[in-house]
Amino acid sequence: MPDDGASAKAAAAPGLVAAQETRRQRTRLLIRSAGMLPVLVLLCIGFHLLSDGRFFTAQNLGIVVQQAAVNTVLAAGMTFVILTGGIDLSVGSILAASAMAGLIISKLPDVGALWLPAAVLTGAIFGILNGGLIALLRLPPFIVTLGSLTAVRGVARLLGADTTVFNSEIPYAFIGNGSLTLVPGVLSIPWLWVIALLVILVSWLVLRRTVLGVHIYAVGGNESAARLAGIKVWAVLIFVYGVSGLLAGLGGAMQAARLYAANGLQLGQSYELDAITAVILGGTSFVGGIGSIWGTLVGALIIAVLSNGLILTGVSDVWQYVIKGLVIIGAVALDRYRLQGSART
Amino acid sequence: MNDPILEMRRVSKSFFSIKALRGVDLTVYPGEIHALMGENGAGKSTLMKILSGAYRPDPGGEIRIGGKPVSFNGPHAGRAAGISIIYQELSLAPNLSVAQNIYLGREVSRFGMLAREVMEAAIGPILERLGADFAPSTLVAGLSMGQRQLVEIARALHARSKILIMDEPTTALSAGESERLFGLIRRLRAEGLAIIYISHRMDEVYALGDRVTVLRDGTLVGSLDKPEIRADTIVRLMVGRDVSSFYKKEHDPRALHGPPMLAAVNIADGRRVKGGSLTVHAGEVVGLAGLVGAGRTELAHLIIGAAAKIAGHVEIEGRTVDIRNPGEALEAGIAYLTEDRKALGLFLDMSCLDNINLAVLGRDARLGGILDRDKARDRASKAFAALAIRATDIRVAAGGLSGGNQQKVLLSRLLATTPKILILDEPTRGVDVGAKSEIYSIIDNLAKSGTAVLVISSDLPEIIGICDRVIVMRAGLLAGEIKRTATTPLDQEQIMALATGMEQLDA
Repeated sequence: MPDDGASAKAAAAPGLVAAQETRRQRTRLLIRSAGMLPVLVLLCIGFHLLSDGRFFTAQNLGIVVQQAAVNTVLAAGMTFVILTGGIDLSVGSILAASAMAGLIISKLPDVGALWLPAAVLTGAIFGILNGGLIALLRLPPFIVTLGSLTAVRGVARLLGADTTVFNSEIPYAFIGNGSLTLVPGVLSIPWLWVIALLVILVSWLVLRRTVLGVHIYAVGGNESAARLAGIKVWAVLIFVYGVSGLLAGLGGAMQAARLYAANGLQLGQSYELDAITAVILGGTSFVGGIGSIWGTLVGALIIAVLSNGLILTGVSDVWQYVIKGLVIIGAVALDRYRLQGSART
Repeated sequence: MNDPILEMRRVSKSFFSIKALRGVDLTVYPGEIHALMGENGAGKSTLMKILSGAYRPDPGGEIRIGGKPVSFNGPHAGRAAGISIIYQELSLAPNLSVAQNIYLGREVSRFGMLAREVMEAAIGPILERLGADFAPSTLVAGLSMGQRQLVEIARALHARSKILIMDEPTTALSAGESERLFGLIRRLRAEGLAIIYISHRMDEVYALGDRVTVLRDGTLVGSLDKPEIRADTIVRLMVGRDVSSFYKKEHDPRALHGPPMLAAVNIADGRRVKGGSLTVHAGEVVGLAGLVGAGRTELAHLIIGAAAKIAGHVEIEGRTVDIRNPGEALEAGIAYLTEDRKALGLFLDMSCLDNINLAVLGRDARLGGILDRDKARDRASKAFAALAIRATDIRVAAGGLSGGNQQKVLLSRLLATTPKILILDEPTRGVDVGAKSEIYSIIDNLAKSGTAVLVISSDLPEIIGICDRVIVMRAGLLAGEIKRTATTPLDQEQIMALATGMEQLDA
C-alpha cells in the first residue's frame, strides 16, 4: 500500500516527493537512533523530583552505572545475536559458569592471575558451542539456547560442587569495586562502567566499521539473500553467539571481582531477560537486521535507572516486578510500531 | 452493445497534495476482457484499490455498477458489490484446504462445529466448472501456482462476482499454465463476466484483450479497441514517447572462438535437474528458455553452488572448477541475479549503498576487515549514474525503491564484482517498460565488453529480442538449442515446441 502511494506520488511530482521522502527517512532515522534517549532523560528528571533530589548525586549515579555495567555488557553481546534475528537465552547461565570457573582458577597457586582470561574464555567456548549448534545443525536459536540455559546452569553448579566459592584475595579485584579517577577528588568512574563503555565502543566499531558488521546486518535482514550473496552465514552466526558467550564470560568476571565470590545456583539468574529487554528498548528489532549498539546502551541505562529510581522513591519490591514487566511489553509494542514504518512491510 | 457493468466517471485520488489518479473515466462491459496497462506508479494499483474499497476516491467522481451508483466504505465493500480482485501475490493460506480458503471468514457451521462437508460440496461444482484437477479438500500447500490461481478464481465465482480484476496473473505461471489460464479467462468472458486484466506483457494483451486502456501518471491516456491494439501504440501511450528499439542487441557474437567462457556438463541434482549442459562464450548472450518448473533456476543454482549437485561439472574457460557455494562462484567470476529479488536478493532495510557494495566489501576492506567507506560511497554513486538508478540518495533503504530501480541496485552489486560470467534469472520480472529497456541495453553493453551472459526468461519476446542463441529445457533435461543466424531470427513457436515437447508429436 505505501509502495503504490509513494510511486504514484513520485510520478506526479518528483522533486517535491524526493524532498519529502528524504525528510521522512531522516525523521525516521532520527526517531530510531534517538529512540529511547528522551525516555531515559525524562525518567532521570522524574525520579530526581520524586526522590527530593537524591537521584542526581555523584554517589547515586555511581551506583546506577555500577548496576548497569554487567547488564550493558551482556546486552551488547545480545545485540549482536538479535541483529541476526536470533536470541541467546543462556547468557545468565554462561555468566554463572564463567564466574565459577574464574574463581576456582583464581584460587590455584601460580596461575591465579589468569582467572580473568579464563572466565572470558569459558564464556566464549559456551557461546561458540551455541553458535555451532545453531549454524551447522540449523537448529532454532530459541531452542538451542533454552537448552543451554538449563545445561550450562548445571555445569555452573557442578563446577563448585553446588557450593559458593569465595576468594577474598582475588587478583584484579579493583575492576569490581574500584574507580578510575579522572579528576582527583572530583570525578571518578567505576571500573565496571569503564569496561562496559569500552565494550559498547568496540561493538560499535565492529558493527559499523567492519565488513563483518555489515554481514551481521545482512544475515539478520535477509538470510537467504545473504547466503546467495556469498556471505558465510554459518561463520557470522558462530561469531555472534561466540561474542555473546564471550561477553557473558566477561560479565561473569566482573561479577566475581565485585563479589569476591560466585554461586553456581544463584548468580546471573534471569539476567538474560534484562539483557533482552535492554536490546529491545534500544530499538533493535526482534526480527533482525535493524538496530544499533547505542540504543542498547540507552536501554540498559533505562533498566538500571528504573530499578534505582523505584527504590529511591520507596516503591515496594513487589511493584518493581510489575512495573519492569510492563516495560518489557511496552518495549515490544514499540518494536512492532517501529517495524510498521520500515521498508519491509 | 449491452449496458456497461462498471462505469467510473472523473474518479480521482489524492494523497495529501499529490494526485495519484486524476479524473479517470473507465467503462467496462460484461463479457469483455479489458486490459489495463501502464508503467509502475501509473496508478493501476490505486485504481484497483478504489474498486476494492480499500481507498476512498476524492469527492466529485462517480462509480456505477450495473447502472447504480455505489460508494464503498471499507476494504470488503467492493467484493460485496460484485468485484473480486486477484492480486499478484495470491492471498491464500497454504496450511488450509481449498474449501477452507474459499470460505475463509464466513465459514459455514452447524451447532458451532465447522460444516466441512457442506462447504466442500458447494465448492466441488465450481472447481469442476473451472476444469480443476484437485478436490476441495486438498491442502493449498500442495498446489502449484497455476492451481492456486484457480482457487482464487473459484473464490471469485463463489462470491458471484460480476467483475474480476486480475493483477499480473501470469507472473508466477509457466507458459503452459498461462495458456490454460487464458482459455479459462475466455470461458469466463463467454459466461458474461467482465474481466479487468492488468499486465506488463504485450503478448498477453494481444492474446486476450478486447480493449486496452493505458494509464500514465494517474491519467487515462487512451483506450484502444481490438483492431487498434499494437505494441508500438501501447508503448507510446505508456511512456509518452516513441521507443524506437525496445530490445537492444548491437553486440556481435560472430567474432567468437576458443573454448566457451562457461560450460556446464551434464549437471544433475537428482530431483529437478536431470542432466543440464550448456555453454556460453565471452561476448555472447544465451537465453535459457523453458516452462516454469523445467529446472532452469535449479540449474543456475547448481552452477553457482547454491545447491548440491550429484553429477556433472562446471568449466570456466575450459578448466574444470569446483564451486561449492555462491561465494566461491563470485570468486570464480560467476555472478547470479536471482529471480526473486525481494526474498533472495536485496536487503530491503539496508541502504542502496550497502546493497551495492555487499559482495565486494571484503575485497575493498583495509587491514583485513575495516570498511573502506569512501570507496563504497564512490562505487555506489558511480553505479547510480551508470545504471540510471532513480532514488534520492545512495543511503535510502533499497526497499523503498520501485521494482525497476531495485533490480538495478541488485544488478549493480553483481557488476561490482566485475564478473566474467553473468547469469540473469528473469531480469525484467516486475519491472516497468522504461526500466526494462534500460536493462536490455545494460545486458547488450556487457556482452559488447566481453561478458558471457546467460539469461533465464519466461518472456519469449525478450529472449528473442536480446539473445544470440537459445537453450531450451524441458522437465530437467536439455530439450534443444536454437541459434540465430544473419538471415533467420529466433522463432517463438520453435522455442515453445521444444519447451512443451510438441516437436516430438510433429515428427
